[in-house]
Amino acid sequence: MNRAAVLSSLLAIFIVATTPLFAKEVVIVTSFPKELFETYKKAFEAKNPGTKVIINSKQTNAGVTYIRETKTRPEADIFWVSAPDAFQTLKADGLLDKYSPPKEIMSRIPAKIGTFPIHDPDGSYFGFAVSGYGLMWNKNYMQAHKLPAPKEWVDLANSRYYGHTVISAPSRSGTTHLTVEVILQAYGWDKGWALLLNSGGNMGAITERSFGVPEAVNSGQYGIGVVIDFFGLSAIASGQPVDFAYPSLTSVVPASVGIVKGGPNPESAKAFVNYLLGEAGQMVLFSPEIARLPVIPELYAKGPKNYPNPFTMKLGGLDFNNRLSSGRRDVVNSLYDHIITFRHRELKEAWGTIYRAEEAIARGKGKDLAQARNLVAEARKLASQAPINDKKASDKDVVGAFKSKSGLKAELETEWEKLARANYAKAKELAEKAAGLAR
Amino acid sequence: MAALLALLVLFILYPVVRVLWVSLSDEEGKLTLLHFANFFRRPLFREALWNSLLSGVLVVLFGSLMAVPLAYFSVRYEFRGKILLQTLATLPLVIPPFVGAVALQLILGRSGMVNLLLMRWFDWSVPFMEGLTGVVLVQTLHFFPFIMLNTAVSLSNIDPSMEEMAQNMGCRGLRLFGRITLPLMLPGYIAGSLLTFIRVIDDLGTPLMLNYKNLLAPQAYLRITTIGIDDVDGYVICVILVILSLVSLAAARKYLGLAEYATVQRGAVAARPVHGRKRFLVLLFCGLVLGISLLPHMGIFLLSFSKVWSFSILPATYTLDNYTEILFRVPHFVRNTLLYTILAAGLDVILGAAIAFLLLRSRIWGRNLLDAIATLPLAIPGVVLAVGYLRVFHGWDFPGAGAPLTSTWFILVIAYTMRRLPYTVRASYAALQQVHVSLEESAQNLGANRLKTFYKVTLPLITGGLVAGGLIAFITSSVELSSTIMLVPRFELGPISYGIYVYMQSAALGRGAGAALGVVAILLVSLGTYLTHRVFGGRAGSAFRV
Repeated sequence: MNRAAVLSSLLAIFIVATTPLFAKEVVIVTSFPKELFETYKKAFEAKNPGTKVIINSKQTNAGVTYIRETKTRPEADIFWVSAPDAFQTLKADGLLDKYSPPKEIMSRIPAKIGTFPIHDPDGSYFGFAVSGYGLMWNKNYMQAHKLPAPKEWVDLANSRYYGHTVISAPSRSGTTHLTVEVILQAYGWDKGWALLLNSGGNMGAITERSFGVPEAVNSGQYGIGVVIDFFGLSAIASGQPVDFAYPSLTSVVPASVGIVKGGPNPESAKAFVNYLLGEAGQMVLFSPEIARLPVIPELYAKGPKNYPNPFTMKLGGLDFNNRLSSGRRDVVNSLYDHIITFRHRELKEAWGTIYRAEEAIARGKGKDLAQARNLVAEARKLASQAPINDKKASDKDVVGAFKSKSGLKAELETEWEKLARANYAKAKELAEKAAGLAR
Repeated sequence: MAALLALLVLFILYPVVRVLWVSLSDEEGKLTLLHFANFFRRPLFREALWNSLLSGVLVVLFGSLMAVPLAYFSVRYEFRGKILLQTLATLPLVIPPFVGAVALQLILGRSGMVNLLLMRWFDWSVPFMEGLTGVVLVQTLHFFPFIMLNTAVSLSNIDPSMEEMAQNMGCRGLRLFGRITLPLMLPGYIAGSLLTFIRVIDDLGTPLMLNYKNLLAPQAYLRITTIGIDDVDGYVICVILVILSLVSLAAARKYLGLAEYATVQRGAVAARPVHGRKRFLVLLFCGLVLGISLLPHMGIFLLSFSKVWSFSILPATYTLDNYTEILFRVPHFVRNTLLYTILAAGLDVILGAAIAFLLLRSRIWGRNLLDAIATLPLAIPGVVLAVGYLRVFHGWDFPGAGAPLTSTWFILVIAYTMRRLPYTVRASYAALQQVHVSLEESAQNLGANRLKTFYKVTLPLITGGLVAGGLIAFITSSVELSSTIMLVPRFELGPISYGIYVYMQSAALGRGAGAALGVVAILLVSLGTYLTHRVFGGRAGSAFRV
């Protein structure tokens, strides 16, 4: 047929299509919102005439895959996202270049925020803004459902919020994973998981994307969401009927930038990193549609009034152990998915039944209230139990299973899932029995 | 044939195998079936498999109840507003990513318009969007046009004398439909149902928007796209999905192969006008089906003019800013979409016709392989194909392009072409199945060579199928996201779906601007569909009557 004609016209299109190359460019892979990268693009291009900023906006996980798959011939110079685990992964794969920015820039930025190091100690990536985790809620929704505003992480496990809350799965969102780690480290492994399982049973939905949470709260589908601060702050700034608060036990972590190894424009890449970490670049963060926290403490004096300052904020005294957190990340995420995300229906049913039984006991008409209380306590215990202890979660073989193809991972995940199914079914059964006794 | 096979191997099979090989190899890179054995040992995956199959069957069932009457009315009856019906009926296929989900939640969600009204009036609400029921509901509303479009083409290709003979012998009404019309329109109906079934079990967008994860496609996607882990189970599920799709394809072909559908006579049964009560019922049915299935679109429309729409029946404040943003600040999204999707749909029609022709009219060895490869993309998640492209095409300059293929926008056209190729193949295949080979043989007896026969006889007869397939390819490409997001080389080269993603990330501009882009996508598709009806609708013979 006319395949030859088609092919040759295709080639012709290619030649025309290939975008002309500018003399100097810096190509940036980022997951940040448009207003952020557009503002920086304009500001950087104005400062460096002749250099063009090329933006390649991708979800964080798509960005990591893209950098990985293009490593034979990198096209990006800069990797620029929030999630610390994305940088850790790229660094572990040797896909980030080491760099040491000029002393006059680095000397103004402290080494740590709270207990979290701002920059990678080896110079593979640099924190340029910090963010904290908290709770946002929809004021209209809370009013209609007659609910008080939440304050602390433990509020998420309160029966009054049953079905009204929303979170993104930690395996899908580096920021949620850190929230989960904050909870696990602040309350300890067993109590932490009890809180996560109880609040997981309360969740109306567990979303697959970080921005699914602010979206669900902004549109009023759910009342309360676990989010990173700028989602809440910028939604308030754009007039949504929402509010945001940091719980007293929170953690503040940096959003980072790194230079891609072997990128086409190493000099421009360095210039961009320097710009981002320097005063001019840092001041941009204060603009209301960006609403992020600079890493140079002295700049807060020049910022807007009442702007949250993480360097003076009380961070609840939590000694966040970053090494522990990143060491067991895959295990914690998979555990959360297999006992909470993928078993959400069963978990939610179990907790719903427990709450109903407790209400029946509180009304207290039945004869066997003591027996009913025991049964509910047993049910609560079953629905709050993590399948493994913290020692096992950091065990070399277990952690290794998530990096290999040995089949151990499948075994572990199946074991966790089966245990969760059995526990939740039993918990539901016990709670039903208790409710029967109390009636 | 060889060139066609080479093309498909290069752009479908090889990239996909490069990615999926991991599911069949152990740590030393040797062949193993361990991962597949593990798949069946895990209750989670068995549950997901069962849920996927169940939703596939249910959606085909409920979808048929909506689609077959619609197809019948639109082909056999003449009434005002028919072209509007035909245009609107394709729109459910276009649910723009993200904003479609938001809009649907705002209408049917737990605090959506419908439930807020129900709560106000009856203090009662319906969980439309929860669990597997919600998934089946949304998928039915989303995918039924596949069945409708393909059934309508078949229906309009039925030899009128068949029905006339039956009528002469006293067969009427439902009996006529069940005994004569239904069996004769099976090629299109089966093609549409097959597409729907495969699309449903591979559908990622709906389960993710409803936060339902215990299905095969989301399990595969979640595992493949988790940062830092190469979860082999994700790829195993992809292979399982491919196998399921190929098995259902084979089953459908085997079933259709049992009978003969080709007819020599051309020219459809003339559409007849309807009056009175019947007309009212027909219009009522069409209105109900379309009204419900276009709820997300109405939601997107409202959302695009809204500034704040939060826990209220209608938006609280309205604005035109969203349109200023997308029409004046970033018009390139619209232009790119048009360029990519029209090119892709065009290529799909050419390739689809060629493949269908080889499948049905040649005896060349390997033609079934061609069919299998061309069907693969239905079952391959977009992200797998995209990763395969990066892996295969990234390292070297493509001849004539001066850069790797993956650095140019043409990679998007290729991705769309390959991902939507199954639609044109199936549509052309169904159309060609109804053309009796004796028509071509007589042309050849009269001295026309094969090429001339194809252009003068076959092609005009299967135009309806080609156009229907091309239209579906165009429509579904215009909102493709999963491979787009991986392959867009830079912001300026992104299409509308990518633009929606970019807007959804931002709280300030947010979903309003995304919804405005969604409205533009919907308008583009409606315009395309309308024009297609205009251009091809009036042709006699194998008229395109959809």
